[in-house]
Amino acid sequence: MAEITQTIVDARGWLKLQTRWSPYEIAFWVATLLPFFFLPTYLSLASQIAITALFAISVDLVLGYAGIVTLGHAMFFGLGAYASGLISAKLGWNEPISGLIFGGLVAGAVGFIVSFMIVRVQHLALLMITLGLGFLTYELANALSSITGGTDGLQGVDISPIFGTFNFDLWGYTAYAYSLIVLFIGFLISRRIVNSSFGLALRGVRENVKRMPAIGSDYRFHLQKIYTISAVMAGVAGALLTQTTETVSLDTLSFNRSADVVVMLILGGTGRLYGAILGAIIFMIARDQLSGLNPQYWYFWIGILLMVVVLTMPKGILGGLSRLIGRRDE
Amino acid sequence: MISQFAIVLFDGFAFGMLLFVLSVGLSVTLGLMNFINLAHGAFGMLGGYIAVVVMRRLGLPFLVALPAAFLGAALVSIVFERTLFRRLYKAGELNQVLFTIGLVFVAAASAAYVFGTGLQVIQMPSFLRGSVEIGGMRFGTYRIFLIVVALIVTALLYFGLERTRLGAQIRASVDNQRVAQGLGLDVERIFAITFALGSGLAGLGGALAIEIVGLDPSFGFHYLVYVLIVVAVGGLGSITGSFVGAALLGISDVAGKYFVPEIGSFLIYLVLIAILFVRPHGLFGKR
Amino acid sequence: MSAAQPIVLRTDALKKSFGELKVARDISIELPRGARHALIGPNGAGKTTFINLITGMLKSDSGRIELDGKDITRAPAAERVRAGLTRTFQINTLFPDLTPVEAVTLAVTERERTAGQFWTGLPSHRAAIDEAVGILEQLRLADVATRKTRTLPYGQQRLLEIALALATKPKVLLLDEPAAGVPKDESAALFSVIAALPSDISVLFIEHDMDIVFSFATRIIVLVSGGVLMEADPATVRSDPRVREVYLGHADLSGVGHG
Repeated sequence: MAEITQTIVDARGWLKLQTRWSPYEIAFWVATLLPFFFLPTYLSLASQIAITALFAISVDLVLGYAGIVTLGHAMFFGLGAYASGLISAKLGWNEPISGLIFGGLVAGAVGFIVSFMIVRVQHLALLMITLGLGFLTYELANALSSITGGTDGLQGVDISPIFGTFNFDLWGYTAYAYSLIVLFIGFLISRRIVNSSFGLALRGVRENVKRMPAIGSDYRFHLQKIYTISAVMAGVAGALLTQTTETVSLDTLSFNRSADVVVMLILGGTGRLYGAILGAIIFMIARDQLSGLNPQYWYFWIGILLMVVVLTMPKGILGGLSRLIGRRDE
Repeated sequence: MISQFAIVLFDGFAFGMLLFVLSVGLSVTLGLMNFINLAHGAFGMLGGYIAVVVMRRLGLPFLVALPAAFLGAALVSIVFERTLFRRLYKAGELNQVLFTIGLVFVAAASAAYVFGTGLQVIQMPSFLRGSVEIGGMRFGTYRIFLIVVALIVTALLYFGLERTRLGAQIRASVDNQRVAQGLGLDVERIFAITFALGSGLAGLGGALAIEIVGLDPSFGFHYLVYVLIVVAVGGLGSITGSFVGAALLGISDVAGKYFVPEIGSFLIYLVLIAILFVRPHGLFGKR
Repeated sequence: MSAAQPIVLRTDALKKSFGELKVARDISIELPRGARHALIGPNGAGKTTFINLITGMLKSDSGRIELDGKDITRAPAAERVRAGLTRTFQINTLFPDLTPVEAVTLAVTERERTAGQFWTGLPSHRAAIDEAVGILEQLRLADVATRKTRTLPYGQQRLLEIALALATKPKVLLLDEPAAGVPKDESAALFSVIAALPSDISVLFIEHDMDIVFSFATRIIVLVSGGVLMEADPATVRSDPRVREVYLGHADLSGVGHG
């Protein structure tokens, strides 16, 4: 074994630094507990934000880390939502945790099948296929309205208390705690993935896909893997929505949902995980506060915001911030 | 039964011709510069509203409103291209998609603010109203007009591309931009002109669409999807591809809504995905 | 070079055409172990195309490619790399946002087939990281190991190109104009690094600078219009009138090189 040079020590140290928890991170997660104590009237909004953040993280994994531009990821969100909703409404299976896992697995299975297509196309064709799949699933759910409830939504979803003791109360304490914990677990898993050698390989694909086979990489297999993992996560997020609201509607599969999450990623910054969370928070709070406004105004300002962010802050708000703080970036 | 098929085919083809005029500009500019301009549909909408203003406020006839729509959309697109779009040519697909989607949002909201959210109504000149009887079946006059206009546009485009110097320059740049630049072609200028022409055609399409499918602020979004399907299926940088793709989509859409209304859209998306999987560059795409 | 070394890379009548344009005409070469062969020829001769054919980035119309006796003619590109055939690119094909240590570690983990592990943190891949740093030190990139690739000066990026290739533990290394765009004084340093490569690796490099070619190559293959004009030792190539004619106007070969 060669002797340990200073460069090796420095390199090991630097790599470890990239994976370390920063104090800002810890502060953030502590702050997520605040709504319980200071904003109890906003608990249901907080649940929605947590669910959306989980969905946004799932899209960040494929879009920000692997570079797959997708405008149809709501497909997996909706699949998870409907899968967990249907086993409750039609089969009477009301246990929440298993329902959550079931939703994730259904979405993941479809994601795995779709992934074979995703890795074989690029550019416009890829965009159109993801778009087309999203629309296709929506139309399918609409057409099967006898099963899914169509535009009226799925009725009869009834979720039992978690672990038999935590009832879904009207205030939303249980819902938010449940959503927050699931989000945190999803985040931890994602964090693990992006800090692994697999995460590095994904960044390699994103940075220069041409070089990957030249270093002997079966990068398509990597892409399929992350796409499937992302589909599972999106499905879990969808199932979470079903369980906390006890209903499923077609908008879980809508293009709006797919587009909104991409807007969140642009806002917060892709390829950082926290960008996804931040984008979700900003977007959802803004929409909640401005919901009284004319929907035209909402779209006008979102449009302006999109254009401004793309032109001036290509790495999103977090990218701009991190340049200020000088952390990790050069 | 035959007459039903014939009418569906005719209506579908007419709709397809409208889609062609709307889409061909995007196909060529995408093939030329790979700039994903999702605001293309918004230029169509702009053309439509220009036609409305020209006819209602200025009282000019429909046949004047059409070239006005073309010119207006073309001019506005030049302004956008020079000031904003050119900064994004190297910005990556995601940024282009998001910027132009933002533009569509702004356009739709602005249209709703200025014109309201309702469908626009215009008066067709009398010679375009009604229908014509051929072989015992009635065919809408306006639809015939649409087809004629589209075919004229197609002929002009083919002639322009094959016979003029600018056309040759455009073909060369679509074929291989780096080599074209190396040969001394001002690719940026060529692109600006092509972009203007394409957006102008979209504007023309928007004006033509008022009578057939209606014009309201959501036009930019709704028809964006159709346009994208035409371009993706037809292939980038190909007029033939746009023509065939538009005709196919138009006919499939009308036929689907007529014969299998429940799953019509579903089938279209399924076929779209299948085609793109087998031929990612579209039916007539380059490379 | 005394005793005959085993042939590590062999191409047999490799052909490729784009319609009427023949970019590879019956190219047959043999690369023994430890080779230091140069591939020269005027612009457009098809040198990079030949490399693309060998590495699988381009599919040949006919012919055979053998690596260590194994037929790799139809093998996908990544598989050829794993079998020990690696190339560098004439235009830097790097990972702009990754640091050199990350990029080279990635190449090592891909080679070791551990890149797909999504549960173990990157810092735990100690052996891979140590090996990566070792390669960077070998190529004098140790100082910039933790700076983003896009911030590196061009010459160091060129060295990183080679580092990535070395990380795959190649048996055959194809260098496509390794000193392209590097100023004269720096390219000598670059080539000294190449000269220090392990003697059991077979190297084929494309190069335009005749000084470098005659300094480092033990054998030269001259490619013209997609076909092999000649393949011989440097002295023979230098004095051949056909070669001089091909290079007329590019450089006067007499008096070049150190014999």
